[in-house]
Amino acid sequence: MLSTNRSSPIRHAQLYCLGALLILLVGVSVLSAQDIKTETSKGVSNIRIAVADFKAGSADPQVDGLKRTFDTTLYADLANAGIFDIVSKSLLPQSTPGAPAEMNVQQWSAAPTAASMVAFGSFSIQGGRIVCNGFLFDAKNLQYPQVLAKQYSEEATEDSARQIAHRFADEIIFRLSGGSQGIAESKIYYVKLDGANKEIWEMDYDGANQHPLTHLGAISLSPRISPDNSRLAFSSLGHDGFQIRIFSLVLGRMVNFTGVGGTNLSPAWSPNGKDIAYSSSRSGDPEIWISDANGSLARRITSFRGPDVSPVFNPRTGSQIAWISGRTGLPQLYIMDTDGSAVQRMTDGGYATSVSWSPNGQFLAFAWDRKYGPGAPGGQDIYIMEIATKKWIQLTHDGGRCDFPSWSPDGRHIVYANSPDGKARSTKIMTMLADGTGKRALTGPGADMPNWSWK
Amino acid sequence: MSTMQNRFSKTLVTAAALVAFGAVTGCHKKASGVDPNALGPAPTATAAAPTATISADPLAIDQGQSVVLNWRSTNANSVAIDGIGPVNLNGTQTVSPSSSTNFHLVAIGDGGTTEANVRVTVRVPVAPTAPPTTAGDMGSEAAFHQNVQDIFFDYDSYDLRPDATASTAQAAAYLAAHPAIKVIIGGYCDDRGSAEYNLALGENRANAARTALVSAGVSANRLRVISYGKEKQFCTEENETCWQQNRRAQFSLDR
Repeated sequence: MLSTNRSSPIRHAQLYCLGALLILLVGVSVLSAQDIKTETSKGVSNIRIAVADFKAGSADPQVDGLKRTFDTTLYADLANAGIFDIVSKSLLPQSTPGAPAEMNVQQWSAAPTAASMVAFGSFSIQGGRIVCNGFLFDAKNLQYPQVLAKQYSEEATEDSARQIAHRFADEIIFRLSGGSQGIAESKIYYVKLDGANKEIWEMDYDGANQHPLTHLGAISLSPRISPDNSRLAFSSLGHDGFQIRIFSLVLGRMVNFTGVGGTNLSPAWSPNGKDIAYSSSRSGDPEIWISDANGSLARRITSFRGPDVSPVFNPRTGSQIAWISGRTGLPQLYIMDTDGSAVQRMTDGGYATSVSWSPNGQFLAFAWDRKYGPGAPGGQDIYIMEIATKKWIQLTHDGGRCDFPSWSPDGRHIVYANSPDGKARSTKIMTMLADGTGKRALTGPGADMPNWSWK
Repeated sequence: MSTMQNRFSKTLVTAAALVAFGAVTGCHKKASGVDPNALGPAPTATAAAPTATISADPLAIDQGQSVVLNWRSTNANSVAIDGIGPVNLNGTQTVSPSSSTNFHLVAIGDGGTTEANVRVTVRVPVAPTAPPTTAGDMGSEAAFHQNVQDIFFDYDSYDLRPDATASTAQAAAYLAAHPAIKVIIGGYCDDRGSAEYNLALGENRANAARTALVSAGVSANRLRVISYGKEKQFCTEENETCWQQNRRAQFSLDR
C-alpha cells in the first residue's frame, strides 16, 4: 500500500491504488487491450482526495467505537468509488481539523499529501444521538475552498454511523464525478446456503449488515430487486417445481404472484417496475414470458425449441431484453425487442450465461466459458460486451468459476459470484470495478447469485 | 262338416237373442223415467268428474337449481300437491327439490277425484369413490424402479439416446399394466455450467422423457414434470462417471 502510493506515476496509469491488485492489472490491461470505454475508463485522471479522520467532538465513551466505524466506512466508500486517487492515511498532516476554521488547506495541498480535495469534519454524540458535520474542501482554492458542508444527526448505533458515512460519501461522489449518483447507500441481494436450503439475504453494497430476508425452508434462487426497492422477485422450489415468488420489503412478508404450471425461473423487472420477464415452461418448453408484477396478463415472447432463460430488460429503455438461449446447442447470449422481434445473437460460441445489462444501456456483463467442453483450457469468467460493436473484454482471469455478474447503479462496479475450486459451497460474492480492477470479496463461502439494487 | 256348421249358427242366434233381451230389461230397471239415450255424451254439471294436468319445466335439473311446476284443473273444488299442500285450482310454483321427486297432484271435485303426476329428476353429483383395490394397486417401489428406469443424457443435451428408447418402451408397458400409478419425472443436470440455464435444461430433459412416454401411450395426466437443474445431485465427485449419473430424467411414484 505504502510503496505503491509513493510512486507518483500512478496518476498517469489511470489505475486505482489498491495495492497488490496493481500487479495483476498490468498483465490484464495488456491482454485485454480493447478500445471499449466503460464508465470506469473516462480517460481523465482520478481526483486525488485526502480523507481525514473526523475529530471527536465529545467525551462520550461510545464516540471512539462509532467514529472508527464512520472513518473506516467513509474511507472505504471513497476508495471503492473508482474515481479517486485516495491519499494513504500515513501521508496526511498531523492535524485533525474538525471545522472550517481549523482547516489549513495549504498543509494538505503540499507534498507529500498533494491532495486536490480534502474531506474532514467532526463526529460527536449529544444526548444519545450522533451529530456529524462533514466538509469537502478544494485544497487548491485558497480563497473559497469549501465545496460541500453537510450535517447529520442519527441515533447512536453502529448501523447509523455506517449509513451517515455512506450518505456523506455519496454526496462527495455526486459532486466530484460530474453528477453520477454514488452507490454507498445501495444494497445487494443474494442467495445464502442454509444446509440443504437456500434463502434470500440482503447486505449493504460493501458487504456489511448481512441478514436474511426469507425463511421459506426451501431452495430459492435468482433474487431480483424491483427498481423502487419495494419488492424482491425470485424463484423457489415447491411441490410443483420452481415457481416465481415475490417478497415485499415494505410489508416484510410474501405477496401474491399468480402461479402457473411448469418450471418458472429467473424473474427480471422492467425499469418502470410494472412488468416481470421470466422463463416459463407452462407450454412445455422453457420460453421467455412477460407478465405484470402480479403474474397476470402473461404473454409469450420467444418460441423456439430448447432452453430460454435468464432474461433482463435494457434498464435505460425498457424496450429490449437480453437473455440466454440454447436453441442452437450450447447456451448463447441474445438480445431482442420486448415483443420478441429483432432477435440478435451476441456471442459466437462457447458457453454464455447469466447476463446483466449496464444502467446506461451500452454494455452487457455475462459469464462465458469460451472454450467449453471436456478437457478445454480456460474456465468460466466474467466478460462485458459493448452492444453496438459486439467487442468484449474479459474481466476475471484464472480465479476459478465466476458467474452471475450484476451492475452497480452507477455502472462503475460489477458484483459477481466466484468459486475458487468450482464447488458450489465455496462460492462467495466478489465485487470489482467494471474494468476488472479492484477485486475484493464481500462475503465468505456459501453466498451466490448477487443482484445489485437499481439505486 | 255341414252338420257342424248348422249347429254353430244355431248357437250364435241363441246368444244374440239372449244379449238383446238382457239389454232391454236392464235399461228399464235403472233409468226410472229418464231416457239415458237422450242425455248425450256430455256429463251433467253436478256430476262432472274433475280433470287435472301438471307439468314441470325443465324435467331434469342439477342439485340446487329450480324447476317451475304448472298445473291446470277443471271441475275441481280443491287441489293439493303432495309436499306442497293445498294450492290454487290453476297455478304455477317454483320449487327446488334436493332429490328426484314425484309431484303428485290430487284434484277433488263434486264429480270425483282425479290425480296427476310429474317426476322431476335431480342430478346429484356423485362423489368420486376410490377405485377397487385391484385397480388401485401401484405395485411395489422396487418393481416400479426395475421396470421404469431412469433415462440418462449426453452432455448439454436433452435428446433421448438409443438406450433410452428401449427403456421407455418397457416403462410404458409397465405403466399400462398398472393404471393407478402416477409418475413424477425429475430433470437433473451435472454441476458444471450455470444454475439458471441448468434448470431450463433439466426441464427439457424431463419433458423429453415425458414426451417419449406419452408417445408410447401413457396418458399425459399421469405424468408430472419437475426440473431440479443442478440443485440436487446424485453424485458429487468431479469426474465423468459422476457427471453422467447427474444428467438424467428420474422417475418416481407420485403418491
